[in-house]
Amino acid sequence: MSQYSAFGLLRGALNGQKHWQPAWRDPEPKSHYDIIIIGGGGHGLATAYYLAKVHGLKNIAVLEKGWIGGGNTGRNTTIVRSNYRLKPLHDLFEFGLKMWEHLSDELNYNVMFSPRGAMFLGHSDADMTKLAERGDAMRCDGIDADLMTRDEVQKLEPLLDMSRDARFPIEGGLIQRRGGTARHDAVAWGYARGADSLGVDIIQKCEVTGFVRDGDAVVGVETTRGRINAGRVGICVAGHSGHVAGLAGLKLPVESQTLQAMVTEGVKPMINSVIMSQSLHCYISQSDKGGIVFGGDPDNWPSYAQRGNPMVMERAVAQGLALVPALSRLRMVRTWSGVTDMSFDGAPIIGETPVKNLFLNGGWCYGGFKATPASGWTYAHTLATGKPHALNAPFALDRFERGATIDETGSGPMPNSR
Amino acid sequence: MMQFTCPHCGPRDQAEFIYERTVDAVVSLDAAPEDAMKSLFTRNNPRGVDEEIWRHTYGCRAWMVIARNRVTNEISATRAVGPEALP
Repeated sequence: MSQYSAFGLLRGALNGQKHWQPAWRDPEPKSHYDIIIIGGGGHGLATAYYLAKVHGLKNIAVLEKGWIGGGNTGRNTTIVRSNYRLKPLHDLFEFGLKMWEHLSDELNYNVMFSPRGAMFLGHSDADMTKLAERGDAMRCDGIDADLMTRDEVQKLEPLLDMSRDARFPIEGGLIQRRGGTARHDAVAWGYARGADSLGVDIIQKCEVTGFVRDGDAVVGVETTRGRINAGRVGICVAGHSGHVAGLAGLKLPVESQTLQAMVTEGVKPMINSVIMSQSLHCYISQSDKGGIVFGGDPDNWPSYAQRGNPMVMERAVAQGLALVPALSRLRMVRTWSGVTDMSFDGAPIIGETPVKNLFLNGGWCYGGFKATPASGWTYAHTLATGKPHALNAPFALDRFERGATIDETGSGPMPNSR
Repeated sequence: MMQFTCPHCGPRDQAEFIYERTVDAVVSLDAAPEDAMKSLFTRNNPRGVDEEIWRHTYGCRAWMVIARNRVTNEISATRAVGPEALP
């Protein structure tokens, strides 16, 4: 694999950019791999990369039913942050945020990580109390958080409707300045290129249709391209976790729901940070191309349909327009949606399953993108050693029956913590 | 967007309904702890048809069970639940 560099670009400019090679191979599946990862999204590819890079394993495959990064990795709103309330989430997401800060160098691939600040808005005294509590919790765990006054919010985002008769009055905010956005496709492609160069087989258009069992252990997978034997198998399929785990007879604490996002035509810079309102469930940022990216609530009913719904779209856009009235002049150019596996406490599930040699990484709800590096790092540890990593141990699948849920919003056993 | 046929009101816009949970997620009052745990915390979550409980919240407020395909959104059956559904 040749290193990408500014010098290489310049040299290419002199000979018509003819030096570009495919960034990863398109291998035929072998009959046996030590570790098979099901799902070629950011998390699966990152896992494969760290298995090869950190744990020195050579015989690894990533199986993807479509094309890599074509699921939720390419469908999220690209927000990266670690501003949670509970310690296990702090530890995992902050570990990930620190990795984001060096990810482009690590992968020799520009993931366009842009720490422009991730800001929660507070709309009432109660909101501000909650934000202060969250900020205190973050700072106690060494994560940056600043409570903002109304004036500070207005200075950062002059286009917000700060009037007293606004539909959603703004009282202040909480900002994590190290948070921001990244280019989602580049994350999948960067990890794929890195993993491929370390010998990982990335096999696209290869859907897993069943598991090969030997007694109570999984020893391989049946796929649309034939049977492949494996030492260990890791599920990493986001919204389809329930379906794939069901092939092994498991019933998971997740419910799949549709989460949609949308983007406007490109305009000059008008949104400086990532504006989020958790009281409303509205996420607004501006892509480097200039489009305003909107995200909202999930549909709140189960669905595997990878398409949006005007009812939910209208709600997200109405909230966005109430916060930033200037957006009303923009045309929406694309909407899309992804299938997210909503866990029953809002936290992910990473670790062993009751089936021997079968591991699970899922339940990321709508917060998986930001965790891509940390998820890959810790899941690689679990797949390589068969044991939990210190950071993913609290996220074990059996935490629900043990009563050890990680309930960030404290709302009880419902998917999407509603 | 979907249209549901309420057993009491006829075809209505989905916006009038609120999703509750699946039929297998109802915890019976005399359930053993393991069964209650399963109903509370796990779902079949099939990539296909499942029976769901919806409520016509902004209409007649009655509960109903809707069998819906979660990929195509096709509705194959709707039935009323509660005392009014008894023979």
